[in-house]
Amino acid sequence: MDNSLQYLEIGFYGSAIILILVGLYGALMKKSLIKIVIGLSIIDAGLHLLMISIGYIKNGTAPIFSGEDFVVAGNMVDPVVQALVLTAIVIGFGVTAVALSLVIRLYRHHGTLKIDEIKNLKW
Amino acid sequence: MKKVIVLLLLAAFGYYLAATFFYIDFGISHFTNGVRDYYLAHTVNGLSVANTVTSIVVSFRGFDTLGEVTVLFLAASALGSILYKRRHKYEERVVLFPSSRIVQAGSKLLFPAIILLGVYVFIHGHLSPGGGFQGGTIIATGFLLMLLAYQDYHVSHNILSIVESMAGILFVTFGLLGFIGGGTFLENFLPVGELGDLFSGGVVPIIYILVGFKVGAELTGVIYTVLNEKDI
Repeated sequence: MDNSLQYLEIGFYGSAIILILVGLYGALMKKSLIKIVIGLSIIDAGLHLLMISIGYIKNGTAPIFSGEDFVVAGNMVDPVVQALVLTAIVIGFGVTAVALSLVIRLYRHHGTLKIDEIKNLKW
Repeated sequence: MKKVIVLLLLAAFGYYLAATFFYIDFGISHFTNGVRDYYLAHTVNGLSVANTVTSIVVSFRGFDTLGEVTVLFLAASALGSILYKRRHKYEERVVLFPSSRIVQAGSKLLFPAIILLGVYVFIHGHLSPGGGFQGGTIIATGFLLMLLAYQDYHVSHNILSIVESMAGILFVTFGLLGFIGGGTFLENFLPVGELGDLFSGGVVPIIYILVGFKVGAELTGVIYTVLNEKDI
């Protein structure tokens, strides 16, 4: 494995794992409900980056046959993970939308966004 | 104390995640002679769709996409029902400060161009990067711009739900038409044409256009519902 590929590996996997950890930290430690939802979407972004970088192939091209001489399929990056990430982005949007609407309902009912001030959530 | 526990937990989690993923070789094909090569070969030969991601999403895993669109519809309707309020007439939205004249004039100028870009993206979804989901999102951003610029701009929920349900019904209908000639659900029953043409890929561009309409209508509905939220 040559050097540049190794740097690329550290860059992709490292930043994806850092994104996941930052999102988890936000979801676990923050008090504001909005910030918890933001943390969940940061976890989503990290997972997408992780999946895309598994499908990377050295010197690979986008999996699109285009141009005058149609590009050969041999050195295209994995299209399966890209299709999966497309699905995951849409599902992540749905999760964020429903979570934010629940946050709006909680705010309307309790008048606050801090989870430690909402007494009914204590257990 | 809680912070220390959480940081320790995150450190352990991050270490094992990193150890697992750095163990996987980077930059090589993991699935040779597997599903990737099958998809890449059959996209060009059997289906003549240029964009492999589109052919996977719409054709090979089309049933999955039907479920995905259903989940999106479910999210939009759950959002509507959670934020439900009895609304008799449309009132002006409450804003912190009204948008300036420059924003209003500029968004009126940009709105048709944004809609045109969205339609271009989902019509050419089988040839270039993009597709129904992306094009639908672009269309929804156009409506978001208009809703932010004009306080009295309103989108009809009836038209949105008609567009959305018609697109969904037509998606299932085109799936069922695949049974013609003894095929399976979502089987390609139209002639596939030549690779790179606008009219190629048989049923794939039609389904992606329907997905574009459906996603655009759903996202516009979501934005409109959330923007009309008031009572601070």
